[in-house]
Amino acid sequence: MDYAIEMLHITKEFPGIKANDDITLQVKQGEIHALLGENGAGKSTLMSILFGLYQPDIGTIKIHGQEVKINDPNDANKYKIGMVHQHFKLVHNFTVLENIILGIEQTGFAGKLKTSEARKKVMELSEHYHLNVDPDAKIEDITVGMQQRVEILKMLFRDNEILIFDEPTAVLTPQEIDELMHIMKDLIKEGKSIIFITHKLNEIKAVADRCTIIRKGRYVDTVNVADVTKEELSEKMVGHKVSFVVDKTPAKPGDTVLSVKNLTYKPKGANKPLLNNVSFDVHKGEIVCIAGIDGNGQSELIFNISGLQDPTSGTITMNGKDITHDTIRHRNDDGIAVIPEDRHKHGLVLDYTVAENMILKSYYKEPFSHHGFIDFNEMYKYSDHLVEEYDVRSGEGSKSIARGMSGGNQQKAIVAREIESDNDLLIAVQPTRGLDVGAIEFIHKQLVKHRDANKAVLLVSLELDEVMTVSDRILVMYEGEIVGELDPKKTDVKELGLYMAGSKRGAGYEK
Amino acid sequence: MKNKVGFFQKDSTRSVISSLIAIAIGLLVGFIIMLISQPDNALQGISILLTGGFRDGMSSLGNVLYLAVPVMMTGLSVAFAYKMGEFNIGVPGQYVVGAFVGLYVGIKWTFLPNSIAWLVAILLGGIAGAIWAFVPGILKAKCNVNVVISGIMMNYVGLLLVIQGVKSWLYESTGAQSQVISGARAIPNAGLDVIFPDSSANFGFIIACLLCVLAWVIMNKTTFGYELKATGFNKDAAKYAGMNETKNIILALVLAGFFAGCGGAIAYLGGTGKALQISEVLPAEGFNGIPVALLGLSNPIGCIFASLFIAYVNVGGSFVQNIFPIEIVDIITGVIVYFASFTLFIKLMFARRDAKREAKREAEELKARGGEQS
Repeated sequence: MDYAIEMLHITKEFPGIKANDDITLQVKQGEIHALLGENGAGKSTLMSILFGLYQPDIGTIKIHGQEVKINDPNDANKYKIGMVHQHFKLVHNFTVLENIILGIEQTGFAGKLKTSEARKKVMELSEHYHLNVDPDAKIEDITVGMQQRVEILKMLFRDNEILIFDEPTAVLTPQEIDELMHIMKDLIKEGKSIIFITHKLNEIKAVADRCTIIRKGRYVDTVNVADVTKEELSEKMVGHKVSFVVDKTPAKPGDTVLSVKNLTYKPKGANKPLLNNVSFDVHKGEIVCIAGIDGNGQSELIFNISGLQDPTSGTITMNGKDITHDTIRHRNDDGIAVIPEDRHKHGLVLDYTVAENMILKSYYKEPFSHHGFIDFNEMYKYSDHLVEEYDVRSGEGSKSIARGMSGGNQQKAIVAREIESDNDLLIAVQPTRGLDVGAIEFIHKQLVKHRDANKAVLLVSLELDEVMTVSDRILVMYEGEIVGELDPKKTDVKELGLYMAGSKRGAGYEK
Repeated sequence: MKNKVGFFQKDSTRSVISSLIAIAIGLLVGFIIMLISQPDNALQGISILLTGGFRDGMSSLGNVLYLAVPVMMTGLSVAFAYKMGEFNIGVPGQYVVGAFVGLYVGIKWTFLPNSIAWLVAILLGGIAGAIWAFVPGILKAKCNVNVVISGIMMNYVGLLLVIQGVKSWLYESTGAQSQVISGARAIPNAGLDVIFPDSSANFGFIIACLLCVLAWVIMNKTTFGYELKATGFNKDAAKYAGMNETKNIILALVLAGFFAGCGGAIAYLGGTGKALQISEVLPAEGFNGIPVALLGLSNPIGCIFASLFIAYVNVGGSFVQNIFPIEIVDIITGVIVYFASFTLFIKLMFARRDAKREAKREAEELKARGGEQS
């Protein structure tokens, strides 16, 4: 059989962790081959080896049946391997054309840049693959979707035959994703081979021909996508059955825990309030979800409640106590726990160990502190327990430095710390962003469990699926106001979308 | 996962070895300078430099202890602030203000009995240094003024005020400098004069070491230190976790200033005739705290050894002056101190070399294993 590229029995070990353990990946000429795995499964390492950034400890790479050695990205280029990285490698104040030819540009007299031939080729390619790229636009002026097309053009310009897409859809809107899928299909029609790295199963079902699944650095299986269901794929990826439906009983709301009344927030110099007269309650035993398109005041609402921003007017009451202008420490002591939106800025001290991060909000309390001294034994005991229970994976367990962990595991550590803190109200801001299905399912279960323990949960989410499946009550925010309250059982994504776009308002929320 | 860490892989061992290598490189370069300057005397010169600390036996060694104290304290001050994420370049100002207040209390507050006057003087010197560091601290916390800029300004404000203070209250008309502390009111020798006869060693050395240990305990064992370090690493996360980050920044600098101020007071209360000058030059002990902190890898205990080394080189240098001109000696001691500051760099190289070696070793091992299987 003719394989465009074969990676055979690749093993790569880093101190403390075996990133790749005997992985085999064989990609046929002219197919889209998906590489599926959870965060930290070893996808990136495998691709870095193919791209020459790492050398495998064991294993061989063959291109069209020929064994090759790829020492650096230049070698990869020689073998016509190209890659669209998750974070684009573009110079922002250069034009599209300048970015495409960067590194292989041709110069004429006295180093003058010759672009006419390159321009012709770029235009031909752009037309041929329906990319609609303007070669003279500056990168900083074009959309993220367009920037990605520039990256694709970069590969085509270099006549790359094997194209690697590293989680290309993470940054795109739904429409852009559809267009990308079309482009990928056009590319394989021309005989290119594509390796498509992702953990989104819908996309695999939509475009991929075959799929190789890896789990915890090990090879699991290679399947024909047409022959398997989404559920089977996710089971292979995670190692156990995954339910896409969140299992939960109807909520039994109890006493009011959090009460926000007429909250308005207008920072100095802003011409309109970022929060305008927001009022709502959260009760014990329910999950209330704040839905909305990013940037409609959700972040400010949470900053006001958690104490990072000071409200301009209105009141915030927690268990009947006015906490509108209280310190953050007092709010924590009153039972507010927050899984923050920005895990690196607010969630973790990256240079501290996992254990030190686990006590970030409780270090001053018993049992972690006696008379001003930290009890490190208690700290490690507590941390080991949480690491175990929440499956936080890292090289050295509790003693690992947080900076070195994968994003998903950092998030799990934060979730563990916040849920296990002694709280009445858990605020979770996009708790599953960037996580794979296994971790998402786990975190959703924890939120429901927390609710069932008669605690209040305030969830902020941009993911419609999450809003619909996890919440008991939906509040939609639009331009700093709450524009409607919905019951997830009596509404659908379409209606929710109308509210989020500001074209519909609920009863009691009229202008 | 329990990885056994060998003695040479341990972080603390690493730190010590890095410091030693940095010192060795500095000595080598110093030797090369001697070779260029006076080739015939170079070997003799370097051997005197290296053995100077023992040249007159316990007496020289006692002077090493004495000279180590000021830089130990300024080094501790820099190291402490650095661990909290701030660069305390205001250390000379805090040092000189502490020295003045210490001297003033020691000399003028005659109502204090001799037995405790020195202790009160050191404490008040420390508090003066703390106040001097409080200004950059509060400017940073409230108005986000860069500590380096406000620190340097406070250095000159402090220096000029001290000169004026000396002229007004502590002037020694014969020598254009301040009065000195009398032997009776100086820091007691506490038996150190018996161990190190004919030297200036005094109880101040013990106090300085105790303060270093205290700083280490604060940093690594207390909730206060945990908070300060968290704030130093990530101010936003500290705030989110409910820590009062403005208070922490101020406290970190105030404590650093306290250490520097104590250092100034101890240095001038030793009963060795050390006097404050009225020339507008910041005392070298202040800025020398920076290389001490670097050589000690910002570890308070490391500062003890780093300051001892620098004092040792200085004592050695004083003997080399018989052979080499004083300028050359200053350059050589300067070069050695300068290279000592490369410690962190060397430690980093260690880590890198290690990573490479490890990767190679494992690759070979795996290859061997893989070969068996296939």
